[in-house]
Amino acid sequence: MAAKIITISSGKGGVGKTTATANISVALAQLGQRVVCIDSDIGLRNLDVVLGLENRIVYDLVDVIEGRCRIRQAMIKDKRFDGLFLIPAAQTRDKSAVSPSDMIKLCSEIREEKDWILIDSPAGIERGFKNAIAPAEEVLVITNPDVSAVRDADRIIGIIESEEKGPARLIINRLNPGMVKRGEMLAAEDVLELLAVELIGIIPEDETVLISTNIGKPVVTHDKSIAGQAFRNIARRLMGDDIPLIDLEYKDGIFHQISRVFNFGGD
Amino acid sequence: MNNERKKNAYPIKGFKEGLLITLGNEDWDEVQFQLLSQIEEKSKFFSGAKVAVEIGERVMHAAEMAGLRDALSDRGVKLFAVLSNSQVTDVNAESLGLKTRKSVLRENTSGFGPAVLDGKPAIFLQKTIRSGTSIKYIGNVIVDGDVNPGAEILTTGSIFIWGKLRGSVHAGMEGSVNETICAMELDPINLRIANILLKNNKLIRKLKRKPVRIAIDNGKLTINYWENKK
Repeated sequence: MAAKIITISSGKGGVGKTTATANISVALAQLGQRVVCIDSDIGLRNLDVVLGLENRIVYDLVDVIEGRCRIRQAMIKDKRFDGLFLIPAAQTRDKSAVSPSDMIKLCSEIREEKDWILIDSPAGIERGFKNAIAPAEEVLVITNPDVSAVRDADRIIGIIESEEKGPARLIINRLNPGMVKRGEMLAAEDVLELLAVELIGIIPEDETVLISTNIGKPVVTHDKSIAGQAFRNIARRLMGDDIPLIDLEYKDGIFHQISRVFNFGGD
Repeated sequence: MNNERKKNAYPIKGFKEGLLITLGNEDWDEVQFQLLSQIEEKSKFFSGAKVAVEIGERVMHAAEMAGLRDALSDRGVKLFAVLSNSQVTDVNAESLGLKTRKSVLRENTSGFGPAVLDGKPAIFLQKTIRSGTSIKYIGNVIVDGDVNPGAEILTTGSIFIWGKLRGSVHAGMEGSVNETICAMELDPINLRIANILLKNNKLIRKLKRKPVRIAIDNGKLTINYWENKK
């Protein structure tokens, strides 16, 4: 069965595209899936760092596209997680080194023997973004609960609709329940109400994410991390499991404050 | 030879989604060559265009279609539909994510459609108008959905929004003071009828979450609740 190709995008920078790509990829691999994640942020590569595979890079995406190596040579196997591979971006080139049809061709060549291809999109709506969504069958849009990130997410969702990539699904990242309660942050339901798309997960604000990013060990590997749990749940929802939002991010009653979210975006 | 090709340029028509080019029955290589040279000749005109090709009875393989799409994309043209009378071609087109005659027709009947209100034409948009979208229309605009921040609607007529108005709207662009703006909820970035700008933000905040109708009365914008109109 051919892999499902998913692109993770946001429009705005710094909302957590790379972190989400890394963590969902690892979570899928932990569920026994064969996963390739592709960093399409050429010139500003990060996914390798977040996955802790930085020093294993020999060939990159542009090398494959320009024929300097075979795809297999650029696929870095993550030794910690069975079935997880990374195709890193080139650091010394720019977005014009790749075209949308290159990305489509690349994905079609590896999809037969994999279950998932996850593409980390660059910020913006220009060439790099177009490259990243060209091969996608589904786009996950990630946003933070702040007005400017939501505005950009809205723009991205509009572009995805006009490119006919199907309805996007939304990840709300770095939600701080305390701030929501005090009315200092948009609630998940406010975000959903504006964007009018399906929610696939909420990642609560969690210091562990930053710590684990810095040491190249994705947060999903922390059993105790609430963000890690939220990413694991997104992976299972991607696989078609019906996991209600209620028993994930809000475990232990820590997040009971925003329980009103459940009723809204539960399915 | 070249001259002959030019004479036989494929006819181009504009339609709602973009440009429709009717291709000939020659060998595919010949057709593609001629189409591309036609486009290169008028590269300015075609740059950024969305194009559908009408190919009649021709059976097209996915590889040929993908080749055409890539060749067009290299020239800044987006191929979005292949209209044919062949089912095989339709299936191939769908596998590449291109529209077919069926899907284009379906959209035409379910998405937008022409209507006339008070002698003015109207456009009906059944979707969320998202950030970055600009609707410019001569006539009235009806939206079944929200107008999000960063989206704009500019029209010579009136605007009716069955949803939340949070973007920018300008009714009566040519100065007509008889136009109105209706919305289920009002929180615009910018709202204008003719040349009068809505400024009273305090008032808007009070109105939030109630359906309103805005019109010009004695040279001023007035906001009325929908409930009050009985």
